[in-house]
Amino acid sequence: MKRFIGFVRKEFFHIMRDRRTAAILFGMPVLQLLLFGFAIRNEISEVRTGILDLSHDVVTKKLTDKIFSSGTFVASAVLNSGKEIGKAFASGKMNEVIVFEPGFAGKLQRDGTAQMQVITDGSDPNVSRIVTGYTESVVRDFLREKSNAAGAPVGVEAVPVMKFNPALKSVYLFVPGLMAMILMLVSALMTSISITREKETGTMELLLVSSLKPIQIIVGKVVPYLLLSFVNVLTVVGLAFFVFGVPCRGSLALLLAESLLFIMTALSLGIFISSITNSQQVAMMISLAGLLMPTVLLSGFIFPVASMPLPLQAISNIIPARWYLVIVRAIMLKGAGIAVLWKETLVLMFMSLLFMTASVRKFSERLQ
Amino acid sequence: MAEQVIHTEKLTKRFGNFTAVDEISFSVSAGEIFGFLGANGAGKTTAMKMLTGLLAPSSGSATVAGFDIYRQTEAIKRNIGYMSQRFSLYDDLTARENIRFFGGIYGLDNATIREKCDRMLHVLDLVKEGNTRLSALPLGWKQKLAFSVALLHEPKLVFLDEPTGGVDPVTRRRFWDLIYQAAANGVTVFVTTHYMDEAEYCDRVSIMVDGKIAALDTPEELKRTFGSATMNELFIQLARPAKRSGQ
Repeated sequence: MKRFIGFVRKEFFHIMRDRRTAAILFGMPVLQLLLFGFAIRNEISEVRTGILDLSHDVVTKKLTDKIFSSGTFVASAVLNSGKEIGKAFASGKMNEVIVFEPGFAGKLQRDGTAQMQVITDGSDPNVSRIVTGYTESVVRDFLREKSNAAGAPVGVEAVPVMKFNPALKSVYLFVPGLMAMILMLVSALMTSISITREKETGTMELLLVSSLKPIQIIVGKVVPYLLLSFVNVLTVVGLAFFVFGVPCRGSLALLLAESLLFIMTALSLGIFISSITNSQQVAMMISLAGLLMPTVLLSGFIFPVASMPLPLQAISNIIPARWYLVIVRAIMLKGAGIAVLWKETLVLMFMSLLFMTASVRKFSERLQ
Repeated sequence: MAEQVIHTEKLTKRFGNFTAVDEISFSVSAGEIFGFLGANGAGKTTAMKMLTGLLAPSSGSATVAGFDIYRQTEAIKRNIGYMSQRFSLYDDLTARENIRFFGGIYGLDNATIREKCDRMLHVLDLVKEGNTRLSALPLGWKQKLAFSVALLHEPKLVFLDEPTGGVDPVTRRRFWDLIYQAAANGVTVFVTTHYMDEAEYCDRVSIMVDGKIAALDTPEELKRTFGSATMNELFIQLARPAKRSGQ
């Protein structure tokens, strides 16, 4: 036990003395969360809108007022002809142009329908989609008020309610993904690098020739990163709650336990990587390209798994973060318990066990 | 006859069809400085890995420090010291921290470690640098420190794998003073080297060619037998016909 504590202390010396390592370990989680939380948002606060009114009647005037009074839309330009539209978008000053057809009020009165065109900047599809949605909802409101006033029937209306995240805050989406990403990075990347570094400098040989057992070396390497990763989980959950108001609706203890399990999975992956290569460079490449990229792209962090093509969906199944994300979202946002998450939990357990066994195999193979 | 610290009988290691070490048999007595020479790829490292318990032999038998290399590798590891080819203490730790860490690994208690640490720094004339990170020290000093750390747990036998690579002749000579001192204290030294002047410093020398031991005797006797003026000449004479060379 004393030998073990000495080993862990040495490992902490390594981490603290290498400024880059320390910066990645402690700076990155905070920085990432603040960046994702503040900078990357799906909601749009200011839609710069141009109006091209070819009708100039009472209804278009009222509708225009209604649009700008919502607070989301900001009048950016009044256009006089269709030719100006392209120029306005090219300059980047405009998010949206609304065109009312000639004789708008008359057609609405006579035929019950009139055309307004909503033009958005398709070079940024996400913004376009959101802006169009906002505009449609304003127009819908306007029509409802109008027909209520006239006493006419409204017809069927769908009222959307976003359960668990009524305001559709994007930080709710990013926090679980970020936890997966940071834990993957710290646990897998850092352990694989720190083990291969000992191989490169030759100190691993020295440790193996000493009376330490291989399993003691591995555990001694892993424990510091387990502790640090756990600190990172607490940091991210704490920041998410206090800075961004992301709740933890389920059991915090369960969330932490599941996070520990995911850390174990990532650590065993890190050990596995270091058992198949002797170079820090290769270990880093494998961790970044083989673990971090899929964690960001294929886990459902940014792109939903359900909308991926089938082969990618199949691949996403072997990515630990995919399962962890389901767990974190369910616990934090939906308040779910282990009863609905046992399948995901078992998958993570199985993965840890698999990589652990594979590394031990690989390790003893080397000694034969 | 002195106690035999290493004794091998037809020790062999095969990797698939390749026989890295081919039936080598030799003995090393207590307190002896034994030079283990051979060109790159001759099988030195593989032989050394078997003797230190890192690699299981394919056939043959051997005892190290009185323990069997098949069944008692843990006991062997406790009774040997090891210093490898490349400098292998932790560069980002200070001299004191390195000594403390390796002392801890070998299960020494804190009081013993502290006492040994002070004595060692004093002997190596590193008292002032005790709290300096190793990355700031010259290679020669680090090698001396690594050697002392390998002797920290007072092993009967110490393996040195090209311990003096990359330093000047004066520093190498000083390193050998340490080796003589250890041998005088009864520690058996098993050393590999590519420097033929160092081979002359050994009590006995073996030269490995293609996995076999081609010659084994005192440096003087070897030179007389093969009619060579220097160890260098002798080494080239023996190693040149080798079928395997380089790595």
